[in-house]
Amino acid sequence: MRYMVLVKANPESEAGVLPSREILTAMHKFNEELVKAGVMLAGEGLHPSSRGARVTFPAVHKVTVVDGPFAESKELIAGYWLWQVKSKEEVIEWLKRSPFGPGAELEIRQVFETADFGDNATPELREAEARLRSKM
Amino acid sequence: MKYMALFRPTREPVGEPSPEEMAALGELIAEFTKDGVLVAIDGLASSATGALIRQTNGKMTVTDGPFAETKELVAGYAILNAKSKEHMIELSKRIGKALGGDGLIEVRQLHAG
Amino acid sequence: MQDSVHRAIEAVWRIESARLIAGLARMVRDVGLAEDLAQDALLAALEKWPESGVPDNPGAWLMATAKRRAIDNLRRTVLLDRKHVEVTHDLESQQEAEAAALDAAIDDDVGDDMLRLIFTSCHPVLSPEARVALTLRLLGGLTTDEIARAFLVPEPTIAQRIVRAKRTLREARVPFEMPRPADRPARLSSVLEVIYLIFNEGYSATAGEDWVRPGLCEDALRLGRILAALMPDESEVHGLVALMAIQASRLAARVRPTGEPILLLDQDRGRWDHVLINNGLAALERAERLADTLGPYALQAAIAACHARAHTADETDWQRIAALYDALASLAPSPVVELNRAVAVGMAFGPAAGLELVDALLSEPSLAHYHLLPSVRGDLLVKLGRTAEARVEFQRAASLTRNARERALLLHRAAT
Repeated sequence: MRYMVLVKANPESEAGVLPSREILTAMHKFNEELVKAGVMLAGEGLHPSSRGARVTFPAVHKVTVVDGPFAESKELIAGYWLWQVKSKEEVIEWLKRSPFGPGAELEIRQVFETADFGDNATPELREAEARLRSKM
Repeated sequence: MKYMALFRPTREPVGEPSPEEMAALGELIAEFTKDGVLVAIDGLASSATGALIRQTNGKMTVTDGPFAETKELVAGYAILNAKSKEHMIELSKRIGKALGGDGLIEVRQLHAG
Repeated sequence: MQDSVHRAIEAVWRIESARLIAGLARMVRDVGLAEDLAQDALLAALEKWPESGVPDNPGAWLMATAKRRAIDNLRRTVLLDRKHVEVTHDLESQQEAEAAALDAAIDDDVGDDMLRLIFTSCHPVLSPEARVALTLRLLGGLTTDEIARAFLVPEPTIAQRIVRAKRTLREARVPFEMPRPADRPARLSSVLEVIYLIFNEGYSATAGEDWVRPGLCEDALRLGRILAALMPDESEVHGLVALMAIQASRLAARVRPTGEPILLLDQDRGRWDHVLINNGLAALERAERLADTLGPYALQAAIAACHARAHTADETDWQRIAALYDALASLAPSPVVELNRAVAVGMAFGPAAGLELVDALLSEPSLAHYHLLPSVRGDLLVKLGRTAEARVEFQRAASLTRNARERALLLHRAAT
């Protein structure tokens, strides 16, 4: 299965401040470990939201575009990875080995694969969907 | 230039996309593929199978999903080869229209990869 | 035991087990013993971690536990042999000194140990089935049960196969070493063959069966990527990864919900996995940069890449594919390659040219019962307007295939 790892933004990443040399080196090494383990599929950093935009659909036939930066950096994303793993727990184990500093926040989400649809949906997905539905 | 569009619907979708959504999206994907614009596009399963990981004072805490309280969670993403930010916005609008529903699309430029 | 801890331990095992076994194998010079020691460490983890929690450095915990077992084992073995009783103490301290020295060296040599493990588990003294089972076990970290389910054989069969494989390696005194330079090409070839065998087991299984099987493609890809990182200068390794990635990109598009196979040219390219295609093309690029002439895996990958790059079937660069098949036919000739070449030539230079090549294969004994030969011939005859002859070919093809859905497809073509 595939998981997307979203690295949340913080004021530094939004300001375009690069992490320290130690962290960059450690990150590079961590990425190498992921490649060596055959887990890494893709991964990139995002430019700060000042270079971005937000597109909203407030009403039918209406579209608004707002240029960045976006003040509330809590939900913003600074980078992403795509990993090939056997389970969610494997993602978490790898993240335990990552060099993220204090205050770092990441969101991990399973990626739908076309083979996941219909009868091929894994039992885990179906179970989790059922749980979510029961909460709504 | 590579841009990423993050799709953040107002309400977290439950289950798979509907056949209509898949069909509309399928047409767009075919067109983007033909034009050499598509790099990647994926839907994300609901936060039920996800987690939040926080690092505080050297300790890592894992909170399993679902994140019912969080608004505008990412439900999908697309990475496209666009000529400019404006081009990317146009392409993203088309995907947004195909997907329907309320929400917002965050458009971000990727670091050279 | 708590489900979540168990799953965490499974994840740790998946990340750490191959390296653990490789490091132990270098110490005890026996792959079978190394795996037993690793399994002991896993059992200890399953006992302790639910209470104590997963340690911060689980790999080190497992290695330390396994090493202690190794020393205990040695002590017990030596004690049982009365002639060597007096040597016990010396051996113990020697063992501990060795272990400490190895500890220091272990980080540097992890890569080499992994390579030694891969080459050993794919040793030609083992049968192909044994190599596959052992590789999935030692390097893939799969349980015996998972391997059995993947290959649709009973678990005891796989368990025995692995036991016998370890015994064969021991009895043949296969050293835990990198192959000599002179032997390397053949030995590497054996490794690539094993990985591709695993991939094909997952790829050729039609969907609609056990959903575990596409997982085999993932396992093979992972093994391929691990090998590519360990041997970054080997063109054919990248070539194999490229081939597997691009083929796997089509998994979701190959079969209808009802189970019928869909020919490549008829597949919905929107269902092709772009992440895998990108990865495959990048791997192919590396393969091409590393070799003046491409090897068979890289050539097959280049052919697959031609299809992957074509946004629609009409845009396929058939001339390039035909040229690549020319190269493949001279490097690794086989009747099937020749048949595929005929198809490409037919698409690039017209059906008459293709038919000429196909007709040269009609007397080929190995293709006598191969349904694709008359099927391809039928296609070319249709394009030449020779429909009556084409009908005969499709009927012949239908009679040769064992796949019910394929037969239906061919009979349909015969009728229209």
